[in-house]
Amino acid sequence: MPFGLLKYGLSSDYPVDVDLPPPKELKPSYDVVIIGGGGHGLAIAYYLAKYHNITNVAVLEKAYLGGGNTARNTAVIRSNYLTSEGVKFYSESVKLFQNLSNEFDFNVMYSERGQLTLAHTDATVRSFRQRAEVNKHFGGRTDMIDRQQIRELVPSLNLDPGHLPVLAGLWHRDGATARHDAVAWGYAKEAAKRGVEIHQLTEVRNLVIEGGRITAVETNRGTIQCGCAVQAVAGHSSVLAKQAGFRLPIISYPLQAMVTQPVKPFLDPLVSSSALHCYVQQTSRGEVVFGGGSDPYPLYNTRSTLEMKESLIASGIEMFPFLAKAKLMRQWGGVTDMTPDYSPIMGESPIENYYLDAGWGTWGFKATPICGKTMAEMVASGGKVPELIQPFRLERFANFQQVNEMGATAASH
Amino acid sequence: MKIMNCPLNGPRNISEFIHGGELKPMPNPTTCSDREWADYVFYSDNTAGVITEWWMHVASSYWFLAERHTVTDEILRTFDPQEIFQERIEFAVEEKRS
Ligand SMILES: Cc1cc2nc3c(=O)[nH]c(=O)nc-3n(C[C@H](O)[C@H](O)[C@H](O)COP(=O)(O)OP(=O)(O)OC[C@H]3O[C@@H](n4cnc5c(N)ncnc54)[C@H](O)[C@@H]3O)c2cc1C
Repeated sequence: MPFGLLKYGLSSDYPVDVDLPPPKELKPSYDVVIIGGGGHGLAIAYYLAKYHNITNVAVLEKAYLGGGNTARNTAVIRSNYLTSEGVKFYSESVKLFQNLSNEFDFNVMYSERGQLTLAHTDATVRSFRQRAEVNKHFGGRTDMIDRQQIRELVPSLNLDPGHLPVLAGLWHRDGATARHDAVAWGYAKEAAKRGVEIHQLTEVRNLVIEGGRITAVETNRGTIQCGCAVQAVAGHSSVLAKQAGFRLPIISYPLQAMVTQPVKPFLDPLVSSSALHCYVQQTSRGEVVFGGGSDPYPLYNTRSTLEMKESLIASGIEMFPFLAKAKLMRQWGGVTDMTPDYSPIMGESPIENYYLDAGWGTWGFKATPICGKTMAEMVASGGKVPELIQPFRLERFANFQQVNEMGATAASH
Repeated sequence: MKIMNCPLNGPRNISEFIHGGELKPMPNPTTCSDREWADYVFYSDNTAGVITEWWMHVASSYWFLAERHTVTDEILRTFDPQEIFQERIEFAVEEKRS
């Protein structure tokens, strides 16, 4: 064996960097307990440590880090929503994403390719005009483009799929993707470095509520006291809320996706069509990712179904006919927490020191940084809800003040 | 293809059916508070386990009830709503008493 290599192997600084410290025993008590070790829970922990110097924090994850929807999502990042509340909120997230690799000193492979959404009906064209204007108003880069411009942008796209010819497109230059696992791990690593404890294989089984406050959480590894707690458990939001004694305006639906074997690069932007219930993008490795609409009925199960795969492939090859020859490599699903208005639920709950990071449905990956940052601000201030997320409070349903993003969400994620 | 047993039409592909949401008692819209109405319309038990829910067979517009396990996706039983609803529910608009 070459001597240089042996010397390196025996050196005390090898391996150079350990991302997460080895697991330890749970402490009897923490200032903040975060339930759910997906991107959202980890981001809250990171921003608590970074900006508020709160490090007596435990993130409890029942399985492995980021193995929930964080690892299952198709990583569309965009801010071209419809409402001013939504656009303002998601634009802040896009800005944070742009600098995330530098901030972590860890490559999250943020890649700004632009997102193209197709209109096949006059009604959609009208809603695109509105979205383009709202976006520009808040500084986003979004324009309406015509068929010729679409053809130049994506030469391989079929502009006349069956009975649904493409009329126009919404071209969102800020649209991007990032490596989802790297986002979760970047937050985890930086949070752990600042003293946050991350406990995998630690499931919260019961919440101890006394006099309208949460005092402890019971886990498979024992009971721990907490000053306050946050739930960030995506598809299982209603299950935990029930343990806290309240209901949510959430229904859990599976969302499925799939990916082909790698092919030569042919597609730079992310392309989406809500009329065809399909969006298509090519990863930096060359694989083609297909995503679509939610399953037709609620379920807490990540199984895949032939029906959804069939309809997704049928739409996918309407858009890109030559993909009919591509071979599928993988398929999967995640359980998503859908709200009636397609907007998230952040902030206070009926329990005084128990906070909600929920209702992320099929669109929450892109919000990971800004949700983490604003939720951390709220936790640090003892429950003062930052202005940016006030429109997304749970109370909006009882007050009939929904933030309707349905049209800007379906099949675009 | 998953099969659902329609109480009217027998076993059919599940793609012939539309899911209609969990069975829950409706408060009287003319007398309940806005909050009670919001709770009925937007909130959900979203139980992970056996639930009773509405389904419709699209081709025959027939509404019925099913007991289904929302974790295993097993359909335990389907039955006609008459088992639960003995009387017709009227949706006639009454003047709200203020
Ligand atoms: C197929 C698919 C495609 C998607 N595409 C996009 C997209 O393109 N763009 C986008 O922005 N969003 C997308 N989403 C949505 C996005 O994935 C989610 O909104 C987001 O990842 C939610 O992050 P999270 O950290 O809240 O949840 P998760 O990553 O699901 O983390 C929650 C964690 O909580 C844990 N947990 C649950 N119960 C307990 C308990 N009792 N105790 C301890 N731990 C518990 C789970 O194991 C899980 O790891 C997609 C989702 C799916 C399924």
